[in-house]
Amino acid sequence: MMATPAPSDTARGLLRGMLRIRMIEERIKALYAEQEMRCPTHFSIGQEAAAVGVCARLTREELITSAHRSHAHYLAKGGDLRAMLAELYGKVTGCARGKGGSMHLIDRAAGFLGAVPIVGATIPIGVGAALASVMRGRPRLSVIFFGDAATETGVFHESLNFAAIHKLPIVMVCENNLYSVLTPLRWRHPDGREIAQLARGHGVATLQGDGNDADVVHALAGEAVEHARGGRGPVFVELATYRWLEHCGPNDDQHLGYRPPGEFAAWQARDPLRLYTERLRSRGLVSDADLAAMTSAITAEIDDAVTFARSSPFPARQELAEHVYAP
Amino acid sequence: MHPEPDARAGVRTLKFVQALNEALDLCMANDPRVFIMGLGAPDAAAIFGSTKGLAEKYGPMRVLDTPVAEHAMTGVALGTALDGMRPVMTHIRLEFAMLAIDQIVNQAAKWHYMFGGQAKVPLVIRMVVGRGWGQGPQHSQSLQSWFAHVPGLKVVMPATPHDAKGLLISAIEDDNPVVFIEHRWLYNVHGPVPEGVYRVPLGQAHVLRAGRDVTIAATSLMTLEAVRAAEDLAQEGIEVEVVDLRTLNPFDEAPVLASVRKTGRLIVADTGSRSVGFAAEVIARVAEQCLTDLTQPPVRLTLPDVPTPTTRALSNYYYPLVHDLTAAARRLMGRPVRPEPEIKPEAFLDVPDPGFSGPF
Repeated sequence: MMATPAPSDTARGLLRGMLRIRMIEERIKALYAEQEMRCPTHFSIGQEAAAVGVCARLTREELITSAHRSHAHYLAKGGDLRAMLAELYGKVTGCARGKGGSMHLIDRAAGFLGAVPIVGATIPIGVGAALASVMRGRPRLSVIFFGDAATETGVFHESLNFAAIHKLPIVMVCENNLYSVLTPLRWRHPDGREIAQLARGHGVATLQGDGNDADVVHALAGEAVEHARGGRGPVFVELATYRWLEHCGPNDDQHLGYRPPGEFAAWQARDPLRLYTERLRSRGLVSDADLAAMTSAITAEIDDAVTFARSSPFPARQELAEHVYAP
Repeated sequence: MHPEPDARAGVRTLKFVQALNEALDLCMANDPRVFIMGLGAPDAAAIFGSTKGLAEKYGPMRVLDTPVAEHAMTGVALGTALDGMRPVMTHIRLEFAMLAIDQIVNQAAKWHYMFGGQAKVPLVIRMVVGRGWGQGPQHSQSLQSWFAHVPGLKVVMPATPHDAKGLLISAIEDDNPVVFIEHRWLYNVHGPVPEGVYRVPLGQAHVLRAGRDVTIAATSLMTLEAVRAAEDLAQEGIEVEVVDLRTLNPFDEAPVLASVRKTGRLIVADTGSRSVGFAAEVIARVAEQCLTDLTQPPVRLTLPDVPTPTTRALSNYYYPLVHDLTAAARRLMGRPVRPEPEIKPEAFLDVPDPGFSGPF
């Protein structure tokens, strides 16, 4: 699909959003080796365009949910960076007071309802948030991010069916990165059946496109949110993308040999950040000086957040037994 | 089993199921955030009558019928709760909630803790335990000990109509996920039920009948069996104290410990199966805190570690009877134990009272 390029300010925002996520993930990658962030961490590098392109279409009040690989979604939705890094360090200033870690991000003020690592689990939860808004007579969009593997769960189908029955205001965003841990899509889905067919089978509108092209994602997301906000029911969006690093952790895993030869290089050549940077340069929307200024401002923001996270206290011992039950 | 309507002047009596219905009605009338969802919740059978009339009164979105999709529906209910609603899910058999264990155990029980107290989950999940008329292995399990094992869940098992209403109101008003387990054989039991809103606090066990000789700590239906046993034993001078546990998590051990300190003899009667069941937990608490007050080894009366058989020729020997309670108490008291009543395999022990007719 050739998408209409985003307007200039939006385009610069998309670029900055992707650059910021990439730089944050690269910093976490570097710091992770220090063995101080002691929680399973799933990196979003290579998949930034999907998160940024979709979230650019959302208001702060509209809710999103995510799964184990949630950093990009959290950041793109406006989740607090300091609180995220502190969470990875297990600090009391973390977005979940250190009790969640990378796999359990939350920022209610930013409309990030929560992320959990049980694949498929947040799909019905996001549906429920949309249902609650409809019950109150003030429909509010839920956007539910998940990967290709979630479409194999029963709860995905149950949730789609229910969302379709009630025409709930929901956009389901499937980032198809071709792998579930190390297991390729072709061993998990039959040949010749597109993932989007599963959603169509539930009577749900579907859109598909290049998840590494921020303009494409932004255009598809615009169409999807307009449909869902308009009371016409849920939309399923499949975005083709690719995970660069190992399933969990900061390392490359080319040596494991599970990716077909040439696959990784082909996807790296379609790096969403580099593609978009080049496009905006060619459109004359960013200069080298603009990029340098962006990079420098983001670096300062990350430095501040890392300092905050490192210098924050751990939760006090009595927090162990706190928050088991709400008062 | 089936106490007659309370004859005392001025005390209104209702059936257990009517008490549940009244609790739901009052909560829905008082709080627009409260709604019911579950397969058949608004249908003609109305969850054995417990949701009767509510769909007509509050409309289809507040008594929401659902697809047969327990896993997603529990997640949907959780999502509404996180967004400020107060859902009451219903399962006409406890087993159907097994399809939703991820959402109950991994999600609902954890969201408050794992997000550092920011997420609240005011979610009630009603589960009905079946028995009799051949309910069999998949329509009769009483798995309260599973749920009580999970930090973050509350587990409630009312035994009387009074508590059914008061505990359900408390459960709906609670900001935590509450597994509310109702025994099908309690539904037609009558008892005094005050008008209007009242609350029985979660996490409070309760001495239902005082006695000095033997403590019977019991859950759900077994509480009523314990009262019947106590009435039988009183005729021969054995005074039984019946402690209705009412809430299994948080578990209120104090009334049990106080009772054991008085009687020195403990029977725990639970509707679940034996090994790793809730009766074991009660005995462990007593052993930890007042072992030396026990004059006799404690006794568990539970289901055997066997799936529920369907034919009455086997289920007649599966469920503990009042005789088992009275015999255990007599043994603890050093009294002669009467011979076990002969139970014929073809006997109709599979209904709580003659008013029941199958299927149910």
